[in-house]
Amino acid sequence: MGYVSSNTKPLLSRKATNEGHAENCPYFDGWKAYDKDPFHPSQNPDGVIQMGLAEHQLCFDLVQEWLVSNPEASICTKKGVDKFRDIALFQDYHGLPAFRNAVAKFMGRVRGDKVKFDPDRIVMSGGATGAHEMITFCLADPGDAFLVPTPYYAGFDRDLCWRTEARLLPVVCHSSNNFKVTRKALEEAYAKAVEANISVKGLLLTNPSNPLGTILDRDTLREAMSFINEKNIHLICDEIYAATVFRQPDFISIAEIIEEDQEYNRNLVHIIYSLSKDMGFPGFRVGIVYSYNDAVVECGRRMSSFGLVSSQTQYLIASMLSDDQFIGKFLLESAERLETRHKNFTDGLHQVGIKCLNGNAGLFLWMDLRELLMESTVEAETALWRGIINEFKLNVSPGSSFHCSEPGWFRVCIANMNEETMKVALARIREFVRRNGDKLNRKEKCRQSDLRLRLSFRRMDDVLRSPCIMSPHSPIPQSPLVRTRT
Amino acid sequence: MLSRKASCNSHGQDSYYFLGWEEYKKNPYDEVKNSSGIIQMGLAENQLSLDLVESWLERNPEATEFTNGGTTFRDIALFQDYHGLPAFKNALAGFMSRIRENKVSFDPDKLVLTAGTTSANEILMFCLAEPGDAFLVPTPYYPGFDRDLKWRTGVEIIPIHRSSSNGFKITESAMEEAFDHAQNQLNRTVKGLLITNPSNPLGTTMTRHELSQIIHFANAKNVHVISDEIYSGTVFDSPSFVSIVDLALQHENSHNGDDLSSRIHMVYSLSKDLGLPGFRAGAIYSNNEAVVSAATKMSSFGLVSSQTQHLLSSMLSDEKFVQKYLSENRTRIKTRKQMLVSGLKDLGIECLNSNAGLFCWVNMRKFLKSNTFEAEMELWRRLIYEVGWNVSPGSSFHCVEPGWFRMCFANMDERTLAVAMRRIGQKEI
Repeated sequence: MGYVSSNTKPLLSRKATNEGHAENCPYFDGWKAYDKDPFHPSQNPDGVIQMGLAEHQLCFDLVQEWLVSNPEASICTKKGVDKFRDIALFQDYHGLPAFRNAVAKFMGRVRGDKVKFDPDRIVMSGGATGAHEMITFCLADPGDAFLVPTPYYAGFDRDLCWRTEARLLPVVCHSSNNFKVTRKALEEAYAKAVEANISVKGLLLTNPSNPLGTILDRDTLREAMSFINEKNIHLICDEIYAATVFRQPDFISIAEIIEEDQEYNRNLVHIIYSLSKDMGFPGFRVGIVYSYNDAVVECGRRMSSFGLVSSQTQYLIASMLSDDQFIGKFLLESAERLETRHKNFTDGLHQVGIKCLNGNAGLFLWMDLRELLMESTVEAETALWRGIINEFKLNVSPGSSFHCSEPGWFRVCIANMNEETMKVALARIREFVRRNGDKLNRKEKCRQSDLRLRLSFRRMDDVLRSPCIMSPHSPIPQSPLVRTRT
Repeated sequence: MLSRKASCNSHGQDSYYFLGWEEYKKNPYDEVKNSSGIIQMGLAENQLSLDLVESWLERNPEATEFTNGGTTFRDIALFQDYHGLPAFKNALAGFMSRIRENKVSFDPDKLVLTAGTTSANEILMFCLAEPGDAFLVPTPYYPGFDRDLKWRTGVEIIPIHRSSSNGFKITESAMEEAFDHAQNQLNRTVKGLLITNPSNPLGTTMTRHELSQIIHFANAKNVHVISDEIYSGTVFDSPSFVSIVDLALQHENSHNGDDLSSRIHMVYSLSKDLGLPGFRAGAIYSNNEAVVSAATKMSSFGLVSSQTQHLLSSMLSDEKFVQKYLSENRTRIKTRKQMLVSGLKDLGIECLNSNAGLFCWVNMRKFLKSNTFEAEMELWRRLIYEVGWNVSPGSSFHCVEPGWFRMCFANMDERTLAVAMRRIGQKEI
């Protein structure tokens, strides 16, 4: 039962039955492999290590300590329960003023206080997932397009396109210049759209980049601003990883660039933010749309009714983010721990001859395994990836799932595990390299017989047409809470 | 520069329903600071039983704490699985069953968690209808549906008119008329009906007969039925509440091979029964696996905060608390409603006989200068500015008869309601 009823009227909508949720693709084998056989240091030391989930798990001790010292931040404790009634009843889509003020201040802190954010421009949403969909509903009609540099977070295909019926057009970036977003590439993508009679509504940038782990430099940001102003299209900047920048150069927000030239049309600029990555709170669904366009703020506020942040959570976050001392300490510690983790991994990979893109942000590495491919194709990348999962039990994410134009790149998440697990992961990578070592300086077209491969070949255009989502909302990372039923 | 959706007014916020709130915000009543301000009687909130929740929290600190022994903060903060916290879904399924006196049991795997029913209803539209399709909705109905069902989905609402001639009951001919109008005059494909039971704004529950008629109609036309049962825990008098899920089950048992139950869906939330609208804890319940699957994926756009799921799973698993709460809550709602009804009766004003909800559907027709909606607006303005009541005019609920007003009674303390009653006694309407 389900899809079609007894007469010819379809039971469900096209949206409910199409592939717009972007979850059906071979890459889910990695998640399934992990789910069936999750690594545990003592209970399952040979299990699959989850390296496909971009989570920040390095600083919970700091938050836990803060919670214990600040019981009044929870409306459930003795200290906080006198606020319970007011908070429980609060469903105003403007959001708790204290929440907006605290988030605006935090966003400024994260950007080194080089810019100030106006609390009245903060609009809540159901995580960044909800924010992306909401801004698209505000800016685009069905069929309209957004340009997006590749490689990009696979979740965008669902978030910006599924229910909105908007589309994404790639701005192809190459490793030859470290995947820089060039004006030339932007112009090419735009021209292609015009030729195909597709109406481009805007450009979507992720800065810091997922999956690259790099930040956009000032020139690139200025070029982007000049480009969108010239074409009179919107600029959406997803700055969800802003506080994960752990090393120079400093992060530059579009909020800074916008102040550089009074000629810029501020009505075109919107920032997407969330606390899922910087603070490590994906479960709390704290998404933010920050727009410089009054009409977008007004419309967005009304749309936020479909995904308001729980008032209980707003209250907690307001309390936590207003604690200047704690936030200062948290941001410093977080950057240090991310830097250490990054260095440990990149050093470990370097020791066995594996290079990564030089990055200074994010919760992952962009690993270059091109030389291990039998041939420079998506099929070869998929085959290598299946080998990494099945034989070495590491769920890493293949570049094609991020629409990368060059086969052989892999995103490896490094901040979602403890040190012990990290060491095991590195040991397995070393083993992987050792076994594949003789391929490192050779490109051969014959099969490797000591890799047990389950090959399922798909044509390149099939892969590109059915993008894959690797968002953690889908097949579930093994949470202890899923096992508790009472 | 913006989308059509952003520039139109399908958000429905220009309705008088919301304009009344704006007036209230400009001049809100306060016992001490602004005793002549406008009293908010346009907000269907349940503020009567929050003390019960507060005292549960005080007695059960360990239930929500993040200790190293039980659930840790880390576990909760990381949990973003769109299938929802199993403990919460189990507790919610149990709670929904208790509300229906255990006459129905709910399978947690058929629940989809959403950010309130605002999101639940929109998700169902996205799942069941194409832009341009229609859903039939009995009038008068909650003004928020104009936004929730139509705005971003492109779905159209076609009203099924109800009138006071038969106590605002739904009739087969009204359903046929609406269906015919949609399909033949407006050329729209009808995908289903959406009913609210107990009704907002009527405060009545649907009879078994009405529900059977609706199911029979849906079966004949091969369309969906969505039942918004958000007020199911506010039923304080007979007839006892009959849920669509109950009838769907009965239908399935007696009509094997029929796929009607795959077209019946329910939405719920804790905003009204528990008085927790800020927590955005809503749900869809459906027997249709494909709907559950698609809706679950769509819930990514508005998941329930894991922090809130954690709190609520503890609370709703406490069966003793739930039993006591449901019973005490009903008693308080009944008492408060009677206070409003008798207060109005003393002034010669009648209410529709109701057994549920957080409001009364009040007959002010005799005060209209003419039997028109303009006269209703004029009366409404006088009620707001001269009497100082923000009540909601029937036209904002798409009522076909002028002169009805919805008045909320559970969103204020007893003293404020007494002040409200005294005011109207002092004025000539």
